Amino acid sequence: MSTAQDTSADIAGTRPAAGKSILTVPLVASLATLGLLIVVPLFLKNFVVFQLTMIVIYAIAILSLNILTGASGQVSLGHSAFFAVGAYATGIMMEHANVPYLLAIPIAGVICFVIGFLFGFPALRLKGVYLALATFALAVAAPPLFKLGTFEHWTGGVQGLLVTKPEPPFGLDISQDRYVYYLSLTIALIIYLLSVNLLNSRSGRALMAIRDNEIAASSMGVDLALYKTLAFGISAGFTGIAGALGAITVAYVAPDAYTFNFAIALFLGMVIGGVGWLPGSLAGAAFIVFVPNIAEGISKGLSYAVFGVFIFAVIFLLPNGARQLAYYLYAQIKKLVSRF
Amino acid sequence: MELFTNQVLSGIATGAIYACMALAVVMIYEAIDHLNFAQGEMAMFSTFAAWQFMQWGIPYWGAFVLSVVLSFAAGIAIERALFRPLGHASVLVQIAGFIALFAIINSVAGLIWDFTIKPFPTPFGSTPLLGGVISSHQAGMIAVTILLLGFLYVFFSFTRVGLAMRAAATMPESAKLVGVNVGWMIALGWGLAAAIGAIAGIMIAPVIFLEPNMMGGVLLYGFVGAVLGGLSSPAGAVAGGFIVGVLENLAGTYIPGVGNELKLPIALAMIIAVLVFKPNGLFGRVQVQRV
Repeated sequence: MSTAQDTSADIAGTRPAAGKSILTVPLVASLATLGLLIVVPLFLKNFVVFQLTMIVIYAIAILSLNILTGASGQVSLGHSAFFAVGAYATGIMMEHANVPYLLAIPIAGVICFVIGFLFGFPALRLKGVYLALATFALAVAAPPLFKLGTFEHWTGGVQGLLVTKPEPPFGLDISQDRYVYYLSLTIALIIYLLSVNLLNSRSGRALMAIRDNEIAASSMGVDLALYKTLAFGISAGFTGIAGALGAITVAYVAPDAYTFNFAIALFLGMVIGGVGWLPGSLAGAAFIVFVPNIAEGISKGLSYAVFGVFIFAVIFLLPNGARQLAYYLYAQIKKLVSRF
Repeated sequence: MELFTNQVLSGIATGAIYACMALAVVMIYEAIDHLNFAQGEMAMFSTFAAWQFMQWGIPYWGAFVLSVVLSFAAGIAIERALFRPLGHASVLVQIAGFIALFAIINSVAGLIWDFTIKPFPTPFGSTPLLGGVISSHQAGMIAVTILLLGFLYVFFSFTRVGLAMRAAATMPESAKLVGVNVGWMIALGWGLAAAIGAIAGIMIAPVIFLEPNMMGGVLLYGFVGAVLGGLSSPAGAVAGGFIVGVLENLAGTYIPGVGNELKLPIALAMIIAVLVFKPNGLFGRVQVQRV
């Protein structure tokens, strides 16, 4: 688990120090989580595997939001739009041009990177609430655009687009759901490692410097415009890949799946996972997939209210999200270990 | 030309709705320096409360005053109970809190009053004016908005409490040093914003009808109006609200291919275009940052 990305957050006394042994607690915890993610789906029903796949995919989207908001300090309420572009790009490539899905996924990422990079330019002039509103506009504008009659031949209009679910290759004897799950998990892992390296690199430090103090960063020689637009591009690109995976997992792309509510859900996932803490993305994704279901189970008529109460409970008890819980546990384990 | 004038006039009529809401948005922004995403739902709940009082036989203005006073109290109560403890949390966490509040209020209102559309009375009647472009209710609504604006102007510029509130919002530390009770100023801001939201909701409800999701679009346009006019300026926000109403109508009429579906995205795109050139809004103060 990388801890380099949380320079400004002061979670008193719980910041893990760099350990001397190679097998640090965070590393063991990450490997254990990964192990669980690999093994557990073998024993689950297909529907639960599907849900886990959605969690992994949302985790990618939340992680990319974390790169943008957590590292470079730009707020986005519009990531549902990039997710939608990724999903539609994949659907259209696969169904209209017969592009194999393994090629369509990275191309969708590149398309979203370019769009995000370009959107980063007007975003340069906007800060705080103004940027939130501009990205919000993006989220609101996306579904009607995909519904437009002009593009109906490509997008399927209101009805959406059916996407072929990929078959497992090499005659592997696993269900389609499990195959898509492991595919998503592999891609998520690659993106996670790329992001950790990015944030630990010179560019990552430049982004965090921008977040903490723009004026200081620019006087240190950081090219504000370049890094902020790049952050937007990278974040949008990863979200696009998540959208592509979402399209092949659900096997269906529809404009109303990517409304503003989805952007809000991603935002909530980021806050609940802990802003700027990459491993928290997985916890945040699990929250936005499972908690609405739990809330519905508690009360059908008041499911939204129960969901809201859950959010308040989390932000009251853990204002820094899952990250705070993880650091607390880490401190406890360290105490325990040092006793022996 | 007649089409143009008509479209502008009916744009002003819808703009009055947005201007009302934009005022409430600016009010909370002056108090807490954030946008409250649950503002629309709070206004919706107040409007339902007023409707309920009328169902119980209280006359219009009685229900109006009662709802506004109760909303004021409820705004303060929400701040004390839910957002004061989050005062030190980051902005992002507070936004999550607003979203949670939104979900709770919307869901509870749906449970109490269900999701069927209800008509709402107006004290101004609905006789058509100016050849049917604008109704007397809409004219009344514009008058109420301007009255409210005048009240806020006097309150923020000339009263002790109003000045203290502005000080508390812009420079909490310095305000504390000169003896302003910053905590209570924030609570007061929530109360006033809730009260203005109640007035806005009661004025808007006869036009768009009463139901738990009535405020979704209106709040969005209210944000846009407030941001366009400048979040630090109540007069700017009202002007922004009217501008958005007119722009939206003109875009729907004159740009080919823009039906009702694309009205909102177009309005938002125009606003982003304005913001890129004038990031503090048309009438807002230019923010100076200290290094």
